[in-house]
Amino acid sequence: MGQLPRPRGPISEGILAALSGGAPPPAGDPDPFGEDLHLSLYVCYELHYQGFDGVDPEYEWDPGLLALRRDLERVFLTALRDGVEGGTDVEAAVDAAMIDSPGGISHFLEDKGELWHLREYVVHRSAYHHKEADPHAWVIPRLTGQAKAALVAVEFDEYGGGRYARMHAKLFGDLMRALGLDDGYLARLDDVPAPMLAVVNMMSLFGLHRSLRGALVGHFASAEITTSPGAARMTRALDRLGVAETVFFTEHVEADAVHEQVLRRDVVGDLLRREPALAGDIVFGFQATDLLEGRFGAHVLGAWDQGRTSLRETPDGR
Amino acid sequence: MAGDPTRITMVTGGPILVEGPVEITLDDGRVVRSDRFVVALCACKRSRTYPICDTSHRPKHRRGES
Ligand code: FES
Ligand SMILES: [Fe+2]
Ligand SMILES: [Fe+2]
Repeated sequence: MGQLPRPRGPISEGILAALSGGAPPPAGDPDPFGEDLHLSLYVCYELHYQGFDGVDPEYEWDPGLLALRRDLERVFLTALRDGVEGGTDVEAAVDAAMIDSPGGISHFLEDKGELWHLREYVVHRSAYHHKEADPHAWVIPRLTGQAKAALVAVEFDEYGGGRYARMHAKLFGDLMRALGLDDGYLARLDDVPAPMLAVVNMMSLFGLHRSLRGALVGHFASAEITTSPGAARMTRALDRLGVAETVFFTEHVEADAVHEQVLRRDVVGDLLRREPALAGDIVFGFQATDLLEGRFGAHVLGAWDQGRTSLRETPDGR
Repeated sequence: MAGDPTRITMVTGGPILVEGPVEITLDDGRVVRSDRFVVALCACKRSRTYPICDTSHRPKHRRGES
């Protein structure tokens, strides 16, 4: 369970008040990629994961909060749909994800990152990896046949194949501790800016809506396809910086080379055979992931290029 | 010695997928084990984690680009 974060604007302020008995605020007309909207969505979604210390778990199904969440989701989803090319060519989307384009965060970290860069990056990703694989678990009851069986097999691997010590979220916690970071659940949420929260909110949005199951599968495939080469660079970055706790990344090099194959062939392939009408949503999942990861990368590298922190408040380890 | 045959999937231009767990013996006598539900064996010889695939087999450019 996490601690409630500090608000980032009127909507998140109103949500925090609503979690102790107030009425939820109106959504208004927020920036679809802004801090206030994304912290608000993140908090609303967290009620479906582990929740917050001192917050009544029943708020998960509070009609006022659910209505507000829906309004915020519509703003975000509209911006995502408007921000991507669209189309129904799944094969082209897969091919595009296979191309490892230079200029990303892992390239920076491999080439010239310092320890504080690495720690910042890990703090960003903690908004997801503390609940790694959880958003994708929501799609399981929405699938059938081989697509379902294969996706569950990948999830089983994400959760360590039945061994907690090998669960990916646990390996991430080990990495945080090795870097001297607080690995408590969502302990660093206040520091994580909207570009990263948007990536996680996209997963929760796709996972929680059965109507977006195609997008969830497209997103999952995209993530599994792109992770392996990046994880290899991260392993080299850690080696160069003398960080011995590399298991999180070495595991992802090997695991995601397999997960990619299973997702492409058995999950995406089988889902398309069963529900060809989902092709557009699968492509949307790929493109939305690319859009948001691109915005996140640009945010982080833009800050680092100017020697500034990419986090919201406390710079790490400088 | 009945039982199910070992299921192997050959990926064109990519790895050989074998249902795990597997134990692989290399020419130099090294033994590599993996108990993943599927193991991707490198068939392109470019993997930095040979004999396990690390996606180094992938094309570096989009189709049609040089
Ligand atoms: S087959 Fe994948 S790296 Fe060789
Ligand atoms: Fe993982
Ligand atoms: Fe994975």
